[in-house]
Parts: sequence; C-alpha cells; structure tokens
Amino acid sequence: MLKVRLIPCLDVKDGRVVKGVQFVDLRDAGDPVEAAIAYDAAGADELCFLDITASHEDRGTLLDVVQRTAEACFMPLTVGGGVRSVEDIRTLLLAGADKVSIMTAAVKNRQFVREAAEKFGDQCIVVAIDAKKTSLPGAPDRWEIFTHGGRTPTGLDAVAYAQEVASLGAGELLVTSMDRDGTHAGYDLALMRAIADSVSIPVIASGGVGNLDHLVAGVREGHASAVLAASIFHFGDYSISEAKAYMADAGLAMRLDPPRSGPHHRAD
Amino acid sequence: MTTAIVDYGSGNLHSAHKAFERAAREAGLAEVITVTSDPEVVLDAERIVLPGVGAFADCRRGLDAVPGMVEALETAVRNRGAPFLGICVGMQLLATRGLEYEITPGLDWIGGDVALIEPGAASLKIPHMGWNTLVATRDHALLKDLRTGPGGLHAYFVHSYALKPRDRSDLVAETDYGGAITAIVARDNIAGTQFHPEKSQELGLSLIANFLRWRP
Repeated sequence: MLKVRLIPCLDVKDGRVVKGVQFVDLRDAGDPVEAAIAYDAAGADELCFLDITASHEDRGTLLDVVQRTAEACFMPLTVGGGVRSVEDIRTLLLAGADKVSIMTAAVKNRQFVREAAEKFGDQCIVVAIDAKKTSLPGAPDRWEIFTHGGRTPTGLDAVAYAQEVASLGAGELLVTSMDRDGTHAGYDLALMRAIADSVSIPVIASGGVGNLDHLVAGVREGHASAVLAASIFHFGDYSISEAKAYMADAGLAMRLDPPRSGPHHRAD
Repeated sequence: MTTAIVDYGSGNLHSAHKAFERAAREAGLAEVITVTSDPEVVLDAERIVLPGVGAFADCRRGLDAVPGMVEALETAVRNRGAPFLGICVGMQLLATRGLEYEITPGLDWIGGDVALIEPGAASLKIPHMGWNTLVATRDHALLKDLRTGPGGLHAYFVHSYALKPRDRSDLVAETDYGGAITAIVARDNIAGTQFHPEKSQELGLSLIANFLRWRP
C-alpha cells in the first residue's frame, strides 16, 4: 500500500539554512547537508530545498549543497527556487536532485511546463502553486495565484491553473496557501481539497502547519498525497519520527521502517 | 571487479553512483563502480546497471544514440552472462515494447509490454509516487534478508507506466497500488526494479549489495 509522505522543507540562502535548524547534535545547524542527513536518519520520506538566494549568479553554492546531500542521503530530493530554464533543471538534476519545483517561470510561460516534462519526464517536474483566497466572505471560494512571495497577483484562478499545468505534464503539485504560510494555523484545507480533487496527479500540501493534527487534516480533509512542513521540525517542536507515529496512530498509512543506524549517516 | 553504470544521458547518475559505492563499502566489497558511456568498458565490466528516468521512447533513443552501446549490452549480458540490473525506465527497457506516447521497441530480454497503470480506484493518483511495500512472488538472491510483505521495508516508486511480463515466472516481486504492479523482474542473469533502489534507503542499499554479490 502506498504511504502518505511527510516532507520537511529547508529554506536555503547562499548555501546556508535560513531559519536556524534546532537539532541537538548537529555540528553545524546552518549546514543544509547536516540538516538533510538528520532528517534522513529520522525517517523523512523526502526532502525539499527551497533556494531563496537573491542572485541567480550565486547558484554554485546551492549546487554544491545538492551534490553533497545526494552523496549522503539515499532518499528523494526536490529542489526549487529560481528555476527559470531547461538548463537550470538539467543542472539541478545532474547535481543530484530527483525533482525540480518550478513556480514563476511556469506562471509566465505555461509551455515551459510542457517543455520540461517532455525533456526530463513528468515524474521530476513539480509545479509550485502559491495561492491566496480572493473571494469575498459568503461568495463561492476562489483562490488566485500570487508570485514573489505572495506580493504579486497574477489574476490566475488557482484551481484552473492547477488543472492546466497537470495537463501540460506536471508530475506533482506543491500547493502553498499564502494566507496561512507562517501562521501555524494549519493548511487551507478547502484550497488543498479543491485542487487535489480536480487533478489526477499527487498534491503536496504546504503552508501553515503548527501542530501534528494539521498534518493529519492535510491528508484526511485536504486530500493531499503528501504533507510538507518547515518550522515545526526546524525549531524542534516535533521530530519527524514523532510526527509519523502520530499520523499512523490517527489511522493514516505511514512508512515506519526502522531508521538506518550507524556512522554512515554522517556526512563523510 | 567493476560494475558499470551505463550513462546514456538519462537522469541522475550521481546518486546511483554514490548509492552503489556506499552499498559496496558497507558490504565490504572491493567493487569499483564506474559511470560510463563507453561500450568497451561495458563489454569488460563484471556487472552492468542500466538506470533510466523519463519517457520510454526518449530513453530508448538515448540508448541507441550511444554508438555500439546496445550491441555491447547484448554481448556482455546475453552472450557472456554478466549480472545486469535495470532501474526504473532502465528496467522497463527490458520489455518487448513500450506503449508510452508511442509504440517503441524495447530490448525484449523479458517478454511483455510497458503500459499505463490503471488503478482499480479512480481516486488513486497517477504517477504512482512514493513509498510502497513489496510482495515477493518467489525467492530471489536480490531479496536475500529483505523483509517484504505489508509489514516489510518500503521502496520508493515514481512511475506512470509498468512492465507486465508475459511469463509470470519472470516476476520476482509486485507492489499493490489499486491492483498488483510489477516491482522486480528477473530471468537468468537479468534483473530489474521498477522502484529506485538508490533512493530507497535501507531496502535500496541492501538490494544493491545483494546485486553486487549475486552470482546467477
């Protein structure tokens, strides 16, 4: 039986984790590779790096991080942020990413999704959707796509856009509620469900997780195939294994393989 | 002893390379893992790995575009009997035909077609993406000491198409996704996994070590 995936996400800037990761026994909590190794050991089902490096010219550090992570973690890795061209995707995949998440470039040019999927296969193209609710209270729900961290409206209906990029060859959708992101109030479940129910590809729910019940609700009520969270893990509120055990107790099918142990988890 | 991972422009060879090196090291095997697009290296290799991500037809074209590679694989694997492992589309290429977008001939080392997954329940998403358990249909050296079954270890899958072997005796393991889907096939010295052992943590590294020890 296919299991629900729990995906910790790390924001990376100039090769360093932006929000401090508070693990007890990391030699360097700012090193994304160390954090990735710790998440791997704890049983994360996938890892996600979001690169927020300001300058496109400074991508070398990210590629180095991806490469070192792929050498130490034998689990799927998604990398997003600033992906603008087929060449960007190729470089990330060759460095060791398994999937590449694209956002603004897909909003600007939908054919980029098709081009990327045809070139590298649907399975490695994740389209990130940042959406905000724009319908008035009482009116039927409507969410609009925003870019630039939620600052720039696009006028695009999130559900219609999701269907369009799915038909163009996206293998998966990473849906973030910009209303909820950083609030710890839980996913926008109506948004997740509206998109998950309207496409045949998997949806990763993102934005707003504050406790473990939110993860369960993302799957059960949001109909997501995978749930992503950042801060609740980074700041040590909950561990990955605790979260997975909680989700399993709530009746969700989770992968609870015993973690690999021993010195091979260190970045050697 | 050398294991050659065939580089024909398909996908992420870096992680496959590192996973095979790690598995060899942890198993105490002095195997040299080399990524190569040189048919001569493939001809001389003790073991051969064919990875692959993307669409079947693209991968087939990529393989054909390396001069002498298909012939080298035929000679090393089919004539000399070198242990062979195909991964994901590298496994699907073993089939007679791929039916993804267009009909494309495979290597035809394992009879059967690669067709779109049609899960019984309409609510199941395609691609089949994520961690799933294996159901062994017979014993095989690749599965040695691996816990399979519903309470067993998980493998990482990401695919929309699956190989259906014509001869059920070519099956080694299946996985359940709204019905049985081929997870591992093997015939003589030829084996393939639909999932990615290089991304499957414990199960994956153990299976790779089993492959490196396999003497079919």
